[in-house]
Amino acid sequence: MSGPPIYATTPQRIWYYGFRVLCGVIFFFLIAPILIIIPLSFNAENFFTFTPEMLRFDPEGYSLKHYRDFFTNPDWQQALWNSVRIAPAATLLAVTLGTLAAIGLSQPHVPYRRAIMAILISPMIVPLIISAAGMYFFYSRIGLQGTYVGVVLAHAALGIPFVIITVTATLVGFDRSLTRASASLGADPVTTFFKVQMPLILPGVISGGLFAFITSFDEVVVVIFVGSANQQTLPWQMFTGLREQISPTILAVATILVAISILLLMTVELLRRRSERLRGMSPG
Amino acid sequence: MKLKTVLLSTGAALAIAPAAIAQEMADSMTLVSWGGAYQASQVNAYASPYQAMHPDVEITWDESSPEAVAKLRAQNEAGNIAWDLVDVVAADAMRLCDEGLAMEVDHDEILAPAPDGTPASDDFGDLIVSDCYIPQIVYSTTLAYRNDVEDWTGTPDTVCALFDTENFPGTRTLERRPINNLEWALYCDGVAKEDIYDVLETEEGQDRAFAKLDTIKDQTIWWSAAAEPPQLLADGEAVLGSSYNGRWFSAIEEQDQPISMLWDMQVFDLDGWIIPAGLPEDRLARVKDFVYFATDTQRLADQAKWISYGPARESSAPLVSTHAELGIEMGPHMPTDPENAANTLLYNYEWWADYRDDLDAKFQAWLAQ
Amino acid sequence: MTDAAADAPIPKPDAGDRARPERQEPLLAADGSPLKKSLQRSLRRQKLRAFGLVAPLLLFVLVTFIAPIADMLFRSVENQIVSETLPRTVVALEQWDPEQDELPSEDTFLAMAYDLVEAQELKIHTRLGTRLNYETTGISSLFRRTGRGVDDFGEIYLDQFEDLNPNWDEAGPWVDLVADEGWEHPAPFEPSERFAALMSETAAAYASFARAIQQGSDDNPREEEPWAPVHMALYHDLMRTDPGAIAAYEGPRAEMLREARAAVEGFESQPVREMFVAEEEDWLDPEVWATIKTFSPPYTPGYFLTSVDLKLSPDGEVVAQDEDQRIYMLLFQRTLFMSLMIMGCTILLGYPIAYLISNLPLRTANLLLILVLLPFWTSLLVRTSAWKVLLQQQGVINDTLVWIGLVADDARLTMINNQFGTIVAMTHILLPFMILPLYSVMKTIPPSYVRAAKSLGATNWTAFWRVYFPQSVPGIGAGCILVFILSIGYYITPELVGGTTGTFISNRIAFHISSSLNWGLAAALGTILLVVVLVLYWVYDRIVGIDNVSLG
Repeated sequence: MSGPPIYATTPQRIWYYGFRVLCGVIFFFLIAPILIIIPLSFNAENFFTFTPEMLRFDPEGYSLKHYRDFFTNPDWQQALWNSVRIAPAATLLAVTLGTLAAIGLSQPHVPYRRAIMAILISPMIVPLIISAAGMYFFYSRIGLQGTYVGVVLAHAALGIPFVIITVTATLVGFDRSLTRASASLGADPVTTFFKVQMPLILPGVISGGLFAFITSFDEVVVVIFVGSANQQTLPWQMFTGLREQISPTILAVATILVAISILLLMTVELLRRRSERLRGMSPG
Repeated sequence: MKLKTVLLSTGAALAIAPAAIAQEMADSMTLVSWGGAYQASQVNAYASPYQAMHPDVEITWDESSPEAVAKLRAQNEAGNIAWDLVDVVAADAMRLCDEGLAMEVDHDEILAPAPDGTPASDDFGDLIVSDCYIPQIVYSTTLAYRNDVEDWTGTPDTVCALFDTENFPGTRTLERRPINNLEWALYCDGVAKEDIYDVLETEEGQDRAFAKLDTIKDQTIWWSAAAEPPQLLADGEAVLGSSYNGRWFSAIEEQDQPISMLWDMQVFDLDGWIIPAGLPEDRLARVKDFVYFATDTQRLADQAKWISYGPARESSAPLVSTHAELGIEMGPHMPTDPENAANTLLYNYEWWADYRDDLDAKFQAWLAQ
Repeated sequence: MTDAAADAPIPKPDAGDRARPERQEPLLAADGSPLKKSLQRSLRRQKLRAFGLVAPLLLFVLVTFIAPIADMLFRSVENQIVSETLPRTVVALEQWDPEQDELPSEDTFLAMAYDLVEAQELKIHTRLGTRLNYETTGISSLFRRTGRGVDDFGEIYLDQFEDLNPNWDEAGPWVDLVADEGWEHPAPFEPSERFAALMSETAAAYASFARAIQQGSDDNPREEEPWAPVHMALYHDLMRTDPGAIAAYEGPRAEMLREARAAVEGFESQPVREMFVAEEEDWLDPEVWATIKTFSPPYTPGYFLTSVDLKLSPDGEVVAQDEDQRIYMLLFQRTLFMSLMIMGCTILLGYPIAYLISNLPLRTANLLLILVLLPFWTSLLVRTSAWKVLLQQQGVINDTLVWIGLVADDARLTMINNQFGTIVAMTHILLPFMILPLYSVMKTIPPSYVRAAKSLGATNWTAFWRVYFPQSVPGIGAGCILVFILSIGYYITPELVGGTTGTFISNRIAFHISSSLNWGLAAALGTILLVVVLVLYWVYDRIVGIDNVSLG
């Protein structure tokens, strides 16, 4: 970063640096709360704050015991397992149906496109508590409340808007003459889809999938209502923990989740760049 | 079934459960409870010994008791009862029984008699507050305080210390619902214990209770899960508050926190099982077999080894022994211990069934202002 | 959303052709059919294929998401419970005018006795009691207590009939007397037409008893003696039936009837109202009856009225809720206020960041954007727990303030379990949703405009305020609506850090679903919230276009 222009007056300089300091403070506000839980999760005591030992960087003040608890406590392990069982299934469902629909929606002549789009996007717009309440009542009626299938269906519905949005976004830049060229060269529609279309929209599909995954993996409200004890996921366990038996294990879990989200974020970022590069290369 | 299992289970059945032989029984059960230390005490006292006798029975625990009524209603609407045995407080049991969501039981038929032959209905006595209810324990909602606050004058010895901000300044923590709080407020405003509900029935009485609560409103954290208050006191976020006596016990004795109990005006309540209505034969047979075992005199007394709640059977009281890990005598920590039960309040289920919606709206409106 | 017009290389024959009158010979396609037709066919095929691709998902979303929402909306007005549980009473009350301040007629009490005795066997009376208790306190226990005694209503007649002939308290003879010849348990009970023609009230009362025990506890009417209200019906029927008609009756057990007819004139009787009052005094309160009447239609605005602190008075008028029970308007206002506060805070904090990032070289900008995206990708619960840890009285912030000496140790700040906690935590959580749309708009503002303004003599402030800011307004609009929509329906964070004053309407909805079980009210509150959000969504779609939501 270069400094202010050399011709800047003193007030301009003050403003220039002042503004940067201000932005720094805001970034601090944005990031610090997430980072602060990382050292706290190594606390040797059952406290949520820095102990004097920790501030002195005394190794005595640090321990892995909260991580040990997470990896040995059957409740947390069950919750982790449930999350791992639910999120991929919901993602798969959302991505398959969502990609097909996004391709359909990007065709030139779709009747009632606006209305269909509104319906497909609605799970993202409707407040979660309302979705949760509606699903709770309705899934109870049809016997899906408290079942694995029920939770997967509900989470898939919540993830669909993200798949639709990301895949449609990649398709907007998609050059239709490519499919026509492929067809004119004798490829059938299926081949065209997998050989031409798919590689180009793949980044969109994957990042849509990641969004759907994180939506399900992070979701608490709907699963609390639609699920039962057998579907208690990691965020649900955290929610109960925060509301009831507050234990620092939550901070250990939180740290692990932050690590996961950094990984996911990097994947999405790489995919986005790749997609831009690919599209930049495609003619038109 | 392996021969050994057959022998074991037949032996056990012959010894204690003549009613439940020769029926087809499901080999899995879903039990619903509250989680935490309480559920652990049930696992230790009932479920593990039962599974030791019946190794092929699988037990799933569901921590849904706080929402049991809502979820049973939903299951009933769907015609799909997923639960086999549900642990609920007395008020919920009455509601479930009224609505036909819980099965009515003949206590003498499905529960074991006391060792001296007293039929179960006499052994449980008045605690059978509903035809569907199989009580397990008596617990109480009561106060506790941090015993290391320096700027206090004296130590709290009555429930009215709650409202005595002069001698006992500091943050309070009370449950986020009108039940118990309104009763304590009126009591500390000078209403005689036996008149509380009559006074509370009138508009002026309610105003009076809220006015009393007003005096501490801005110094109170309102909790919604009973695990919060011990945590708040342990962290020093609050100095005085209400929770279940078992939660206080575990904070004081097991976690060694500087907290003391205040038994004055503790409010008794019950916790027990209900069997959901409409279970298929084989599951019902299994549940009955389990309940017969899990609510017998010894089992209820055993539960007190892990948690400081009083067994619901009269015959269990003399068998209450010491804490399983700490080795301390559990008797003096029971809410029913004569020393602790010098001044108690009887919670009026009927009255609250009527006024709950109304007062809850008022209470929430009051809180929100 | 411009209907993807840009990438529509195929001409739209129907639009273009219709405008132009046909003059020439139709063009022919390769297979010899007219080109216009061929194009139309291909268009239809395309439409079908596109729709075929969309259909599975559309169906999926309709079933798993839209249907539940519709079902919930329906619950907010549904009120069949009253007319289904008390069908006779609802009809009888039609004649009654609550304005008169009189009690309903004896017939209404009788209808209530028949309804209630059936309902208590089916165990649905307390559900109704709970429902009506939302409107008038005390009805819940009135129904519950009366339900316990109602199968003895008319015991006075039962005793007298039984004294006359013990068969009147036996199961078998009653079945002989009332049942249709072809009826056998477990088919639903059918009274014989002959008997019903002679003694309609008794036939109806017995049939309701028989069906209720069949359905409620799977019992056989042949094994269960009827409850007392049936004898009350018998007494009424006998009293009004001409002895001649009974003498002429030839059905089974006719002799029992004849014997009873002869004796019934000398029976002691008791008004039904007295039976009710003996059980519960409150039946004399016209308000109870008025409440039942007011809420007897199958659909009710009652829950919606409650949601806005109004209520239907027992005489059917819309009046304001009692002052000390008004809570929902306050909650809506607070939800609105806090959402606006959060929105305002995110603008204040988000604008400088977006401005900074959009004016930096791409490499640095990307790096900083990742700092914005990290919180966006981090679990909501992680962020909420972080704030819980930070804001506690014994938490990191207070510890730091005490350590610096800004705050005394015994006067630590209360920053959690109140509005402050909710606003801070939610501002943090929703900030990326403000920064990202702002950034995407600011990125497109050419820096040359500001430079031009400055070269024309504008001060920095003027250049920003008059030139730059107006161009960034669309981004502010998009961000605001997005943040507002998201915050207005938040549940988790207010639940965990909001205490009592920092909670939203969503928390109340959750309370009504899982604790108070007032599902109708939960649905009504949810519907109102949903409508607000949908209106905002519509506005957002108008301004920004829902396709243009960017996800980082």
